[in-house]
Amino acid sequence: MDHWEFKPKSRVREFLGEKLISTCALSALIVVLLIFVFIFKESLPIFTDNFIKEEASFDKMVFQQEYYEDKPAKWSWQPNSDIPKYSLLPLFIGTLKAALVAMLFATPLAVGAAIYTSEFAPTKLKEFIKPVIELLAGIPSVVLGFFALIVLATIVQNALGLTFRLNALTAGIALGLAVIPIVFTVAEDSLSTVPVSLRDAASALGANRWQVSLTMVLPAAIPGISAGLVLGFGRAIGETMIVLMASGNAAVISASLTDSVRTFSATIAAELAEVVFGSAHYNVLFFIGSLLFIFTFLTNLGGDIVLDRLKVRFQGKRE
Amino acid sequence: MQAQHTSTTVEVIIRQATARTSRVGQISVGLTMTAVVIIVVMLAVILFNVVYHGAGIIGWDFLSSPPEDGMESGGIFPAIFGTVALVILMVIAVVPIGVLTAVYLQEYTSPDSKVMRLIRIAISNLAGVPSIVFGLFGLGFFIGFVGSGIDSMFFDSARPVWGQPAIIWAALTLSILTLPVVIISTEEALRTIPVELREASYALGATKLQTVVRVIIPQALPGILTGSILAVSRGAGEVAPIMFTGAAYYLPYLPSKLNDQFMELGYHIYVMATQSPDVEKTKPILYGTVLVLLALTFMLNFVAIMVRSRMRRARAHAR
Repeated sequence: MDHWEFKPKSRVREFLGEKLISTCALSALIVVLLIFVFIFKESLPIFTDNFIKEEASFDKMVFQQEYYEDKPAKWSWQPNSDIPKYSLLPLFIGTLKAALVAMLFATPLAVGAAIYTSEFAPTKLKEFIKPVIELLAGIPSVVLGFFALIVLATIVQNALGLTFRLNALTAGIALGLAVIPIVFTVAEDSLSTVPVSLRDAASALGANRWQVSLTMVLPAAIPGISAGLVLGFGRAIGETMIVLMASGNAAVISASLTDSVRTFSATIAAELAEVVFGSAHYNVLFFIGSLLFIFTFLTNLGGDIVLDRLKVRFQGKRE
Repeated sequence: MQAQHTSTTVEVIIRQATARTSRVGQISVGLTMTAVVIIVVMLAVILFNVVYHGAGIIGWDFLSSPPEDGMESGGIFPAIFGTVALVILMVIAVVPIGVLTAVYLQEYTSPDSKVMRLIRIAISNLAGVPSIVFGLFGLGFFIGFVGSGIDSMFFDSARPVWGQPAIIWAALTLSILTLPVVIISTEEALRTIPVELREASYALGATKLQTVVRVIIPQALPGILTGSILAVSRGAGEVAPIMFTGAAYYLPYLPSKLNDQFMELGYHIYVMATQSPDVEKTKPILYGTVLVLLALTFMLNFVAIMVRSRMRRARAHAR
């Protein structure tokens, strides 16, 4: 190990090595900023470029438009018709419908399973449930989309006697399968990090095992469970392949869950390949991407802040 | 007499209260256990369905030959080749940067420094950005900015050389998506290294960089391996980020240069499931492809989980 001796050269190497390492560390930060910059840059012409604004301005994306003289004004998404229509409302409603179905489906299952795993399950069973959930999390979303399209759609159609196979309900259920692991993991984590001293105190006051779990541990973990739900909702809004394959992709405004829906993410995936570089349509798709980015940024930040505070409260420290 | 009466009343009340809470307890155990059962059954149905319909077609011919007759017969070799090439390129890009970032966060900064907090927020948000937004970013940044930039500087042909969808851009896009996975796993491994090892290294006269390169990183190898495998598993299943950055419907040749397009398993599933003129005819091949992709990701996840649990056990032993 003679080359470990101190030479003047090693000080230079030391300096360069540290610079290399710190530059890499900054890369994560830089990449997030770059994503921010590039997604926004490509959507900016909607607000600044007069030529683009004529076809797709902010007003045209948000408010009702009169496209034909003899027909009433409406919101519609038809970017490829003679008169391109860029109303985001049908997409917004579609995204919300699919995500709400997903959350209604996933929440009771994921939270219930988390409570059982953390509070009631014997250790052996616990060691079975957690890998099962990891397995579910490991299924690629294109496989869930495929399963929804080929198998689930037929089941839902036959059960409800529907004319069309693909709708918000089918896509939402498959989306729920992708959300379950996220909600479960965060909820289970917050339940099992509730300090033992709290449990002991409740037991000492005479509460039995169920009372400890339901009246002491569960309320203490509620903020963490809510954070898990927020993170899951963010995932449901941003998930692409499942809704692209199983939702039918028709941009209609309706309240029915058995109508086809077109979500923000699926719209980008379906239309970006055919779009002309730098056209109004191209810029609108990037604008939708910015909306998704901002939304998931906020849900993630919110979820993380809640979980961080919970950790400080339970353990009195920051990790 | 009076006292006697009171105490029996109290006993009755207590007995009733206990009976009620135990019923509440039993119901809550039953309900939460049902949630677990439903999740397990759904996962089992998906896996059984895929294996049942897909196992028949799996064989050497299927794995080693290209698609024929508009994907209605033949195999999936180009998709397997493309997926493997894609994740190898991705690993080459993501592992060094991810590992050095983790080293910086654990070894060079204090947990409370501002930079550290910022980088942490960036990483956790990167992990939550929808995959379709990565696709948009890949198109806008790698193809539209970097690729076109290279073209306009070094090539003056009319046809783009680098400013077009290519395997290198898809791999780089995926490497950004999987960066948090590598960072988080490596950090977990770095945290398990006892401080005595570092002190021993310093006591022998090693500098910080020498300690990091020769003591810390070798000790963290299991964690780095886990992170890399999880990243590959995640990357192999993602479709949305590569749809616009390099994946192709069908190619008669295998990718041989960094700026070639490529076929990929997940994208192949999407194309066959949604664009095929006769889904019934492509179904066996479709199921076979899904089975191959699932087997690949599950195997990788399984290996990662084994490596990680062995690492955690070793840590528990060391303490």
